[in-house]
Amino acid sequence: MDVGKFFQYIASGTAYTVAVTFIALPFGLIVGLLFSLLHVYGGKFSSRIMSLYSTIMRGIPPIVLLFILYFIVSGSINLSPFWAGSISLGIVSSAYQMEIIRGAILSVSSGQMMAARAIGMNKLQAIQNVILPQTLRLAIPPWSNEAAIVIKDSSLVYALGVPEILRRAQLISASTQEPFLAFTTAALIYFALVFLTNRLLDLLERKLRIPANP
Amino acid sequence: MTKPILTVKNLAKKYGENIIFKNISLTVNEGDTIVIIGPSGTGKSTLLRCINLLTCPDEGQIWLDDKEITAKGCNEDAVRQHIGMVFQNFLLFNHLTAIENVKLGLTKVKHMNPAEAQIKAMNELERVGLADRANHYPGQLSGGQQQRVAIARALAMDPRIMLFDEPTSALDPELIGEVLEVMRKLALEGMTMLVVTHEMGFAREVADRIVFLEKGSIVEEGTPDELFYKPKFERTREFLWKITELYGKKETEKK
Repeated sequence: MDVGKFFQYIASGTAYTVAVTFIALPFGLIVGLLFSLLHVYGGKFSSRIMSLYSTIMRGIPPIVLLFILYFIVSGSINLSPFWAGSISLGIVSSAYQMEIIRGAILSVSSGQMMAARAIGMNKLQAIQNVILPQTLRLAIPPWSNEAAIVIKDSSLVYALGVPEILRRAQLISASTQEPFLAFTTAALIYFALVFLTNRLLDLLERKLRIPANP
Repeated sequence: MTKPILTVKNLAKKYGENIIFKNISLTVNEGDTIVIIGPSGTGKSTLLRCINLLTCPDEGQIWLDDKEITAKGCNEDAVRQHIGMVFQNFLLFNHLTAIENVKLGLTKVKHMNPAEAQIKAMNELERVGLADRANHYPGQLSGGQQQRVAIARALAMDPRIMLFDEPTSALDPELIGEVLEVMRKLALEGMTMLVVTHEMGFAREVADRIVFLEKGSIVEEGTPDELFYKPKFERTREFLWKITELYGKKETEKK
């Protein structure tokens, strides 16, 4: 067995893992942000719809949702497993990200909105200039956690046949009879990705922290 | 000088069955400083919030400069630009420096260009004596300084009238003076002000009229001398002197 080729084969799945994450996370962020605003500021009806969305999405294992969404998505439009899997994971993540951002919005005091309205801002201006800049800072630590989950959950698209890290580890373990080495390699790559992402977000949080006296 | 800037007629507000206030009528003339006093829970804060439409009144009308702002189709955001509001707990935008706090309304609401807004904001900070703290964040300022920035933020919009909702109630005793000093100066400069406060020293010295509010209605209103020495109701005298004694004590303590 060529050890170099063995590792290289698994590691070359990293591109897929990173790509799936880079689609699912931003997709979930945009949808989650929009939905959290609708939840908090959209009135009773839209708040209820958003609650329902969140409850359903968070109440089902991601892999089950992945299959359901994959068959819905790929049944209506012709999408590759890669895109269908990424977007499905994005939808699952949007529910969690919505809750993260909603929590952060609620922890910015309602007085901030009142003060913004008092100088003549409309609701949208207040959200954009006063609420979101504070909310997003508060959301970084829990969001970092969600980013780790999405990186790890990206392994689920292996079930759709996307040749990412786990899929490749499984294939090569079958052909070389080296399951321990194969899956440990996969584990190390995932760990490195998650570790790096969390460190970067820690740095971002520190950089954006609002100065205050102790 | 007797042109009314703000006229409130038969204003009422209730939450469910709970009547916050009713039948409130009030006229504030240009350059006047009106102080509203009264026990807690008598709707003083809610009244101020109704006046700048942060809370919707249930009945009654409000005019700002001859324009009825409670009329249907009135643009609330436009109205609020002309009414400055200072809150008990300052409510500075925590993620912005002092000068950015003052500038935000100028650039986003008045669409002033950034260079002009910077100059205007700096002037307002100078007016409250905080030009040297322009680049500090709220978390780096004392309560008194934060409240003065909040006053500058409201002043920057060039309001027709300033509303103060217990501006010194959340402050340590030794920080109250600097905020009252700024307010005193504003009153002397001819700013029209409606102030809810328990600071009787300020009320006696600066107010053109004092309005005594209790249980959601105006009990009595008049000049400070009338209310302190010749009140129509015994209750007014009782309340005024009790508050004066309470807060007077605090003033001697801080010396």
